[in-house]
Amino acid sequence: MKAILPQRHFKGTPACTLAAVELKIGVISLENIKISKDQVAWVAHLARLEFKEEETEKFTTQMNDILSYMDKLSEVETAGVEPLANATLRKNAFRTDDVKDSLPPEQALANAPEARGGFFQVPKVIE
Amino acid sequence: MELYRLTIHELNEKLRAKETSAEEITAAAFARIDAVEKDVRAYITLMKETAFAEAKQADATLKRGEGGPLTGIPIALKDIACTRGTLTTCGSRMLSSFIPPYDATVIEKLRAAGAVFTGKTNMDEFAMGSSTETSFYGASRNPWDLERIPGGSSGGSAAAVAADECIAAIGSDTGGSIRPPAALCGIVGMKPTYGRVSRFGLIAFASSLDQIGPFTKDVEDCAIMMNVLAGYDNRDSTSAAEEVPDYRQFLGKGIEGWTVGIPQEYFVGGLAPEVERAVRQAVKTVESAGARCVDVSLPHTEYCLAVYYIVAPAEASSNLARYDGVKYGFRSPESRDLLDMYKKTRSAGFGAEVKRRIMIGTYALSSGYYDAYYKKASQVRSLIKRDFDEAFKTCDALLTPTTPTPAFCIGEKTDDPMQMYLSDLFTISTNLAGIPGISVPCGYSASGLPIGVQFLAGHFQEGRLLQIASAYEKHANIEKRRPNL
Repeated sequence: MKAILPQRHFKGTPACTLAAVELKIGVISLENIKISKDQVAWVAHLARLEFKEEETEKFTTQMNDILSYMDKLSEVETAGVEPLANATLRKNAFRTDDVKDSLPPEQALANAPEARGGFFQVPKVIE
Repeated sequence: MELYRLTIHELNEKLRAKETSAEEITAAAFARIDAVEKDVRAYITLMKETAFAEAKQADATLKRGEGGPLTGIPIALKDIACTRGTLTTCGSRMLSSFIPPYDATVIEKLRAAGAVFTGKTNMDEFAMGSSTETSFYGASRNPWDLERIPGGSSGGSAAAVAADECIAAIGSDTGGSIRPPAALCGIVGMKPTYGRVSRFGLIAFASSLDQIGPFTKDVEDCAIMMNVLAGYDNRDSTSAAEEVPDYRQFLGKGIEGWTVGIPQEYFVGGLAPEVERAVRQAVKTVESAGARCVDVSLPHTEYCLAVYYIVAPAEASSNLARYDGVKYGFRSPESRDLLDMYKKTRSAGFGAEVKRRIMIGTYALSSGYYDAYYKKASQVRSLIKRDFDEAFKTCDALLTPTTPTPAFCIGEKTDDPMQMYLSDLFTISTNLAGIPGISVPCGYSASGLPIGVQFLAGHFQEGRLLQIASAYEKHANIEKRRPNL
């Protein structure tokens, strides 16, 4: 078990900033990655989550532990290996475009937290 | 012998012989639930009224001389499968008010087979966990020791079967959510081949890994359940068209002349000595049944956890993006605008472990990191599958431990996600490769906690799995103890 627990600690590098994520750097050296609090905040925004200060700190540490463990994958030679998406390799599960029964509106709205006039009601979308 | 202690096949015999009725069996199950549920906490929602109505129908069916092995049998359902008109929470606050307008395909199949549904069982939130401790509804207890966890994420289903609060149950397995709970609770649990059982109506966690499977008291019952659950479904685009054999024909066939591989990478430090002893004894049993056990290597085993903990959270972050408080489920009150509603709803609706995995997954899939993480992990996943393909060229089946230790105590591992993840070590590889696996009881620890052994076979070889599991069960003749409830 010891061999697979996180072993290395990384110094934060200037490259790992919010700007780096936005510039879409093509090749990332996994060895230098340590997620910063700013990055955690950005990822939270992408995931539509919000955290209190102490939670963000705790998450940053936990995510770093887990992510440095993932660096293990850079040990594996994968040149020319096809990524595996679906273990049983099923392709193109199509069906003919026939109209079938759909969910009646009352049933579709039955679980709505807020509904009005046959619509789902939500807070203001556009300013 | 009380009716609730029996197996599906034993009860079916009694029903055919008119020695009992579906109503009587259902009443026995609910009496048992009344007696022990407050300690075991296996269920989130009980379905008593509808159960008795179903039992009545089952009796009518049997009276006409119709029906099958599951007619009138009380079955529990992991709260991750949509049941029309019945609360389906997925162990989360996010769905704590959700009543699906449809049945999952497996639910439809079980209904058509005449099963009686006892209720929806507890689980780790959105199936993310190995103990049920992340459930919004609190942890379930291991019937063998109420201070310990039953395993997860399908812990409620495993506990319900082990405590005789139902005759069999269904669970789901993404990285080991059926097999470890089965091992820790002393019962049989199977994860079918990816695509063998329809995922339509299964609340999605990781779409390339999820599979529904049965928990049963013995291997014969597992074959009976698989006959009902397996099969093509055009509503699941990953559903396999492979024919479903009668799985019962594989029982009792024996394993004379089989080659059974023992993956060396699964017998490393971290395995509790009692578990290693029990599993090595299982190897001897398999040999005494006429098989030849050989060492094999699955060289990429050490990368399985890393691959899984990129692929699964990535897919989860995508699947859980639908929970936004708009159309169903929890919605946070008093939001400034839509974006605020999304953030407040999701932050309050999801628990910490779910949020952690969504964060990791979102990061792994985000622009600039996709290639480094998700794509790389998927490539290594190919190599993991190749390891198994190679092994099955020379082996009929593989034998491994199911869990590194017997059941641990509630709260023992919750502060350290890494420790928790390690309990999935022996089962994750099977989901990544898509092959089927079964856990069968193989002994007890010194303190009386169950231990399980796992058998693996190639894609769509569930028949083979049942063949070796049934041969092992017979030759091992593990002492049938009962939890002290």
